[in-house]
Amino acid sequence: MNAPLHTANTGALSRYRMMRRIRSFEERVGELFLKGGSAGSMLHLSIGEEAVVGLTDAMRDGDSFTTHHRGHGVFLGRGADPNRMMSEIAGKADGYCRGKGGSMHIADRALGHLGANAIVGGGISHVVGAGLTYRNRGTGQISVAFFGDGAMSQGILYESMNMAALWRLPVIFCCINNQYGMGTRVDRSAGNRDFPARAAAFGLAAARADGADVEAVHDAARALVADARQGRPGFLEIDAYRFFGHARMDKSPYRTPEEEAEGRQRDPVAEARARLLAEGQAPEGDLARIDAEAGAEMDAALSHALGAATPALTTMFEDVYAPGTPAPRPQARRLAAVLAEEIRA
Amino acid sequence: MTQTTYREAIRQALLDGMQADPSVILMGEEVGLYGGAYGVTKGLIDLFGADRVIDTPISEPAIIGAAIGAAMTGLRPVAELMYVDFAGMAMDQIANQAAKSRYMFGGQIGVPMVLRTQGGTGRSAAAQHSQSLESWMLHVPGLRLVMPGTVNDAYHLLRGAMQQPDPVVVIEHKGLYTLKGDLDTARPDAPWGQPVTRRAGRDLVILTYSRMLHESLATADRLAAAGVEAEVIDLRCLNPLDEAPLVEAVRRTGRAMVVTEAVVTGSVASDIAARLGELCFDWLEEPILRLGGEDIPIPVSPALERGSIPSADLIHDTALWLVTRKAPSWAA
Repeated sequence: MNAPLHTANTGALSRYRMMRRIRSFEERVGELFLKGGSAGSMLHLSIGEEAVVGLTDAMRDGDSFTTHHRGHGVFLGRGADPNRMMSEIAGKADGYCRGKGGSMHIADRALGHLGANAIVGGGISHVVGAGLTYRNRGTGQISVAFFGDGAMSQGILYESMNMAALWRLPVIFCCINNQYGMGTRVDRSAGNRDFPARAAAFGLAAARADGADVEAVHDAARALVADARQGRPGFLEIDAYRFFGHARMDKSPYRTPEEEAEGRQRDPVAEARARLLAEGQAPEGDLARIDAEAGAEMDAALSHALGAATPALTTMFEDVYAPGTPAPRPQARRLAAVLAEEIRA
Repeated sequence: MTQTTYREAIRQALLDGMQADPSVILMGEEVGLYGGAYGVTKGLIDLFGADRVIDTPISEPAIIGAAIGAAMTGLRPVAELMYVDFAGMAMDQIANQAAKSRYMFGGQIGVPMVLRTQGGTGRSAAAQHSQSLESWMLHVPGLRLVMPGTVNDAYHLLRGAMQQPDPVVVIEHKGLYTLKGDLDTARPDAPWGQPVTRRAGRDLVILTYSRMLHESLATADRLAAAGVEAEVIDLRCLNPLDEAPLVEAVRRTGRAMVVTEAVVTGSVASDIAARLGELCFDWLEEPILRLGGEDIPIPVSPALERGSIPSADLIHDTALWLVTRKAPSWAA
């Protein structure tokens, strides 16, 4: 499974592999949910949005980011371990967040993931602060906020873009526009759908890229990342389509099967594969092997999560505050203190 | 030991904290050139520059959010929310983001930031600039909360907050900025996180904090003239709350009242009274009383504003009633 590929590992090919891994991960995480193994009642898949790899692949080690509730693909794109991700989503002890965060609150300090967020727009302003740190220290790092089109209606986005432009921060705002905020299509939530124009109005370098074309996303992202490192913040809209419902059990009554069929034609994974073949960058055999490896890897992650240990109940009182500082008192201990004193008295 | 003001003590804490730790930054509306709405940060921008004393746009959610991101990545921000009332704008960042990040992320990512703000009545600032909203902060696990009532505490509780690994909300009182008192930067009144007994007494305990500490001490003096000795405990740190000394005092005296400015319903006073009621039930001679603000928005007229919070007479008469069982005239 780890034998070297016959073809040269071009950037485009590695981006295809990452998109394929994301697709497979999301398919397996959907299975986890249907098997009753997902800890959360909420699970949001990023299938159809894999071209975000065009931006994650333009970032480098040390860069940080925040994501929204649909951020599995972004995190994998920045190097996440699928086993620990799947375990976290299953609420297991060896998950990224010890089973406390789950799908919507996954994070990893080592990889620069400052946190997924279940409040729409909730994590966007954190990259402004990260940008302040990098600017003040002259580290050359950037910080990227990933969010959906739903967050284009949150005020804190505009406060954050204004601050980033005002203070010339090394940050990028990336709107993964999958056309839907839950069940509301973007034409029912935005009076003007020209999102890059909104960002440009704040003084950001702004671009839109076709979410079915990971290489187009990558080209736009590289330019924005280079600018951001120079203290010129940017905005990127990735124009995509959410293949499935808002959450796993959503049957999408707000849209037609015809629309879905048309939307799913804009498949970044399939398009990248077809292009690699057509341009002779990789033979079918290699691509098939990448596909099979991704599937096997994520099968293993699913098995790993299903078999991983459940966290000990006592860990729920840990991590509210830093170690070594007063911790919350379990309720049973308070009640026992009250009644024990009563009886003694 | 120097004589100074509550305002100047806070400024000194910021100044000393910034000199001791280059990762400390200040950010907020008008903290730089203006020097703070109440003059607390005056001149700091000249000393530390605009990269460390950051004037922000009027964007409360993003001010707190940016402080969170800076704290996550290695700075120690002290963000100022000009009025605690503006927490209404920023509560998602305070309660859902700053407070919960360490927990949600399994302990990986702490948010060592300070949120400085001020509240309370006394300046006829009306319903949106005069509230005491500490119960909002106390109700959220993950946030620390301190409320200095003295000059020395104004310095030390803030210095201590700037060294905590978790987000700390420091609520100052707008009516105390001109308070004069002794500051000893080398000697806090008690360790951070513990209450301080400001006056010893055998007949009842008054538990209080922030500006009501001074009303309570004045009441204790009046009560002493009538032969009633009230103990006054300054809670000062509401989270963490060191319960043991409070329990000891209430059990010893058998009578207690909690005095604050905040509206009583759903208040810190209610919670303190309930905790101590549970733990001191068999020692109590009387129910633990709560004295707080009336359950109304703060009115602007000075007379109405004064009437909306516990008056010196109300505290005094209630304490006397609690101890002597003689009803005051207003109880008829």
